[in-house]
Amino acid sequence: MRGLKVYAITYLVFLYAPIILLPLFAFNDGTIIAFPLQGFTLDWFVELARTEALHDATVNSIFIAVTTAILATCFGLFAARAGNRHSFPGKGGILGFVMLPLVLPEIIVAVSLLVAMLQVGLSPSIWTVIAGHVLICTPFSIAILNGSFANMDKSLEEAAVDLGETPVSTFRLVTLPLVMPGIVASLLICFTISLDEFIIAFFLSGNEPTLPVYLWGQLRFPGRLPVIMALGTILVILSILLLVTAEYFRRRGLRRAGLEDTGGFL
Amino acid sequence: MSQTARLRRAFRTDSGKGLTLVAPPFIYALVMLAAPLGTILLFSFWTQDFLTIDRTFTLDNYREALSDPLYSELLFRSLRIAGAVTVVTVLLAFPIAYFVSFHVRPDRKSLWLFLITIPFWTSYLIRVFLWRVILAFDGPVNGTLMGLGIIDEPLSWILYNANAVIITLAHAFAPFAILPIFVSLEKIDRSLLEAARDLGESRVATFFRVTLPLAMPGVLAAILIVFIPTIGDYVTPRLVGGSGGTMIANMIQTQFMRLNNAPMGATLAVIAMLSVTVISLLLVFVTRRWTRGR
Amino acid sequence: MRGPIITLEGVQKYYGEYHALRGIDAEIGQGEFFSLLGPSGCGKTTLLRAIAGFEDISGGRILLDGRDMDGVPPNRRPTNMVFQSYAIFPHLSVAENVGFGLRKSPMSGAEKKTAVGEALEMVGLGGYGGRAAHALSGGQRQRVALARALILKPKVLLLDEPLSALDKKMREQMQTELRRLQRQVGITFILVTHDQEEALIMSDRIAVMFEGGIAQLAPPQDLYRRPASRKVGEFIGMMNFLPARLIEAGNPSVEVEVPGLGRAILEPDQCPMGTGGEISIGLRPESMTLLFDGQNAERVAQGVVEERTYYGDMTYYDIRLDGAPNIVQVSMRNMPGRRVLDRGDRADLAWDARAMVLFC
Ligand SMILES: Nc1ncnc2c1ncn2[C@@H]1O[C@H](COP(=O)(O)OP(=O)(O)OP(=O)(O)O)[C@@H](O)[C@H]1O
Ligand SMILES: [Mg+2]
Repeated sequence: MRGLKVYAITYLVFLYAPIILLPLFAFNDGTIIAFPLQGFTLDWFVELARTEALHDATVNSIFIAVTTAILATCFGLFAARAGNRHSFPGKGGILGFVMLPLVLPEIIVAVSLLVAMLQVGLSPSIWTVIAGHVLICTPFSIAILNGSFANMDKSLEEAAVDLGETPVSTFRLVTLPLVMPGIVASLLICFTISLDEFIIAFFLSGNEPTLPVYLWGQLRFPGRLPVIMALGTILVILSILLLVTAEYFRRRGLRRAGLEDTGGFL
Repeated sequence: MSQTARLRRAFRTDSGKGLTLVAPPFIYALVMLAAPLGTILLFSFWTQDFLTIDRTFTLDNYREALSDPLYSELLFRSLRIAGAVTVVTVLLAFPIAYFVSFHVRPDRKSLWLFLITIPFWTSYLIRVFLWRVILAFDGPVNGTLMGLGIIDEPLSWILYNANAVIITLAHAFAPFAILPIFVSLEKIDRSLLEAARDLGESRVATFFRVTLPLAMPGVLAAILIVFIPTIGDYVTPRLVGGSGGTMIANMIQTQFMRLNNAPMGATLAVIAMLSVTVISLLLVFVTRRWTRGR
Repeated sequence: MRGPIITLEGVQKYYGEYHALRGIDAEIGQGEFFSLLGPSGCGKTTLLRAIAGFEDISGGRILLDGRDMDGVPPNRRPTNMVFQSYAIFPHLSVAENVGFGLRKSPMSGAEKKTAVGEALEMVGLGGYGGRAAHALSGGQRQRVALARALILKPKVLLLDEPLSALDKKMREQMQTELRRLQRQVGITFILVTHDQEEALIMSDRIAVMFEGGIAQLAPPQDLYRRPASRKVGEFIGMMNFLPARLIEAGNPSVEVEVPGLGRAILEPDQCPMGTGGEISIGLRPESMTLLFDGQNAERVAQGVVEERTYYGDMTYYDIRLDGAPNIVQVSMRNMPGRRVLDRGDRADLAWDARAMVLFC
C-alpha cells in the first residue's frame, strides 16, 4: 500500500501545483511570470490597491455573489424540503430539472440566457448575471441542504407539533436551528461559486464586469500579470477561508445532529 | 365557496404542500433555463444577415454545420479532447478515491477529501492561467527536466495544443471525478470483500470481481460529470490550447459575439448538447448492461 | 372502564390504492392502558398517528373526549406522543426538551422550572436537566420523551413501540416502570407494540390487529384463553390446533370428537352451531400434562414423544397421538425429581376440556 500512498501524495502535489506557484510570483520582483525568481516585493499588492477598475469589478462581484447566495439558498431550502419531506406527482422529473444546470455545460447556459434576454429586450447587467448564477448555484445549495434535511429525524418536527407548536413556530424552533449549519454552508459555497464564475458573467455582464471578467481582460497584457498573481493570491486565501468556515459549520451541524462524519460536500 | 374550500384542502395535502414548496425553484428553472433553451432551439432554425434575423424555418444551419469541415472538425475535436480528459481524469482519480476509502483512517477521511476539494474552489481562470506558466517553454516543468538532464531542449508538445488542454482540464475536474467514486467505494460493505477472500479469491481478483463492479455507479457518475462540462469549456482552450486546441465553445462564442451569427452559434450549441446527451445516454446504457450482465 | 375517552367509528385510511385501515371500531376508556398489537405492517402506527392527527383519515370518525377530531391539527389535540425514535431535540438541553411544550403556557418561568424538575423526577432523571440531549443513552432518551409528553397532562398518551430500541434488560425494567407511571398519573396510554408478551404484561385491554382491521379486542386473560380466531391464537402464545368432528350441536353446549384425544363437551362463545363446516379446536401446551407412573386423570390420551426441547424453566414435548395423524405440543415445568421423557418414549397425557377453544 506504500505505492498507493506515494501516488496519493504525488497527486496532491499535482492538485496544488498552480496554487503554490501563485504567491511565488505575487511576491516576485520581476515583471515576467517565469523562473528564476528575482527577489521579494510587495509592489504588486500596492498596485492592486491603486487600480480603480479593479475596485469596481470587486464591488460588482461581491454584490452579485451575496445576492446569488441568498436567492439560491432560498430556492435550495424550498426544493430540498419538498424533496425530503413530501411526495408529489412528477417529483423526480421536477427535482431533476432543477438540478440540471449542474451537468449542463456552462457555455450553453450562458448563450441561451443571453439570447433569451436580448429577445425580451433586457440588456446585460449585474442582474442578468445574478439570474444566471442563481440558476447554477441552486443545485449546489439543494445538494448541501438535502444532506441537512436527510440527517434530521422527521419525527422531530412532528414532536414539536405534537407538543403544541404551529407549523410556523415549529419551523422557527426546530427546523431552522437544525438546518442552520447547512444554510450557512450553502450561503458560503454559493458565494464562492458566484465569485469565481467566469463564462456566464463574460456573456451577461455587459459593461459592468465582474472580477473574473476583469481578470480575463487583463490576462492579455503581459505587463499586468504580476498584479493578477497578487490578486489571485488574495482570492485563493479568501476562498480557502470561506471553505474552512463552511466545512466548520457543516461539521458542527453533524455534531449537533449526533451523527458520524461521512465525507465532504456534494 | 366550495371552489376555494377545495383549493384550500388541496394545498393541505402532502402533495399540495410539496408542489407549493418546489414551485418557486421549479418556475425559476422553467423561466431561466427551459425558456432560454427553447429560444436557442428556435434560433437554430433561423438565419441572420448582419443584424437582421430572418425567422423563416430552415435547416440550412444544420446542413452547414455538418458539412463545413471547419465545424465538424471542431466538434469532433471537442468530443475527442473531452473523451481523453475523461479517461485521464477518471484513471488518475480512481486510485486516489480507493486510497482514501480503503487505506485512510476513518477520522482522517474528511481531511483528505477537504484537501482534495480546496484547489477546486480557487479561481478557475487563475488556475488555468497558471498551467500556462507551468507548462511554458521556460516554465518549471521544462526547467526541472532540463536541470535533471532528462531532456536537452524544452518540450514543445506540452503547451498550446490539445495535450495542454487535457492536462489542465484533468486538473480542473479532479475532485468531480474523485468524489463520486469515493462515495460508491465507501458504500461497499467490507464483509463482501472478506467473503470473496474467504471463498478463495486473491486480492487482485477480489478487486476485479467485487470492488470494481460495485464501484461502477460511481465511476459512471464521474465519467459523466467530467465529460459533459468539458465539452463546453471555453477558458482552457483559449488560454492553453493554441490553435490546435480550440474547441466548440470557442466557436460558439465567436459566432455570437464576433460574427453576429447567433443562429449559427445556436445551432452549434444545440448540436453540442445533442451529441453530449446521446453519448451520455449510450454510456449509461452500456454500463448498465455491463454491470447487470454479470 | 369509566366512560370512553376515545371513540373510533369505522376509521378508514387509504395510502393511494393501499387500504391501510379497514374500518376500525373501538372505545378506549378513561385511564385505561390500551395496546395495539399486531404483526409488522398491520396498520398500528397508522392508527396511532391518525389519533395524534398526523394522518388524515379517509373515512369514519375519531372522537376524543366526545369531540370530533376531523380537521383538528396535532398541536390542538389533547394527545401527546412518545415517538419510536424518541425525537429528542438534539439542539436543546434535557430541561429545554422537557419544557418544550410549555412555551405558550400561562405559567411563570419559575413555575415552569418546577414543573420540568418534577417531570424529570417522575421519570427518574432528577438532576439531569442541564445535560445535552444528544449525550443521553437510549433508556434516558426514552425517559426524557416520556417526561416531555406527560408534563403537558394530555388526555391520552400515545406510545409507538417505545421499548423496541432498548436491550432486553432495559426493556423489562421500562415495562414495569411505564405501568407504574401510568397508574400514578391516571392518563390513558395507548401503546403500539408487536411484542405479544409486552402487550400481555402491560395492558388493561389489547386490540389485536391484522391487515388493517381489529381481529379481537379483549383484556389479556380473555385474549389468551379465548382467542377469537385461529390467527389470534397463533399470534399470541403457542397453541395446538387439532381438527375436530361435530357430534352434537346443542345450545349452549356442543359435543365434539377430537381424533387422538376423544370426545369433549364445550360451551363456545362464538360459533353459531349447525354450520356443518370444518371445525377445529385449540389447546395451549400448558393446559395438558404428562402423567408419570401411576398418576391418573379424568381424560387421558396416549402417544409417543417425537421431540423434546429444553427451555430452562420448561420442557416442551412434541407428542404424536395414537390413532391420529396429529402431533401436539405439551409443556411441563421442570421440577426437581420430575422425570424427563426421551424421544421414542411412550407418554400418557391428561387434558382438560375447559381449556379447549372451538374454531369454525
Ligand atoms: N406514507 C405511506 N404511504 C404509503 N403506504 C404507507 C405509508 N405509511 C404506511 N404505509 C403502509 O401502510 C401499512 C401499515 O403501516 P404501519 O406503519 O401502520 O404498520 P405498523 O403496523 O406500524 O408496522 P410496524 O410494526 O412495521 O411499524 C404498511 O403496509 C405500510 O407500508
Ligand atoms: Mg409502526
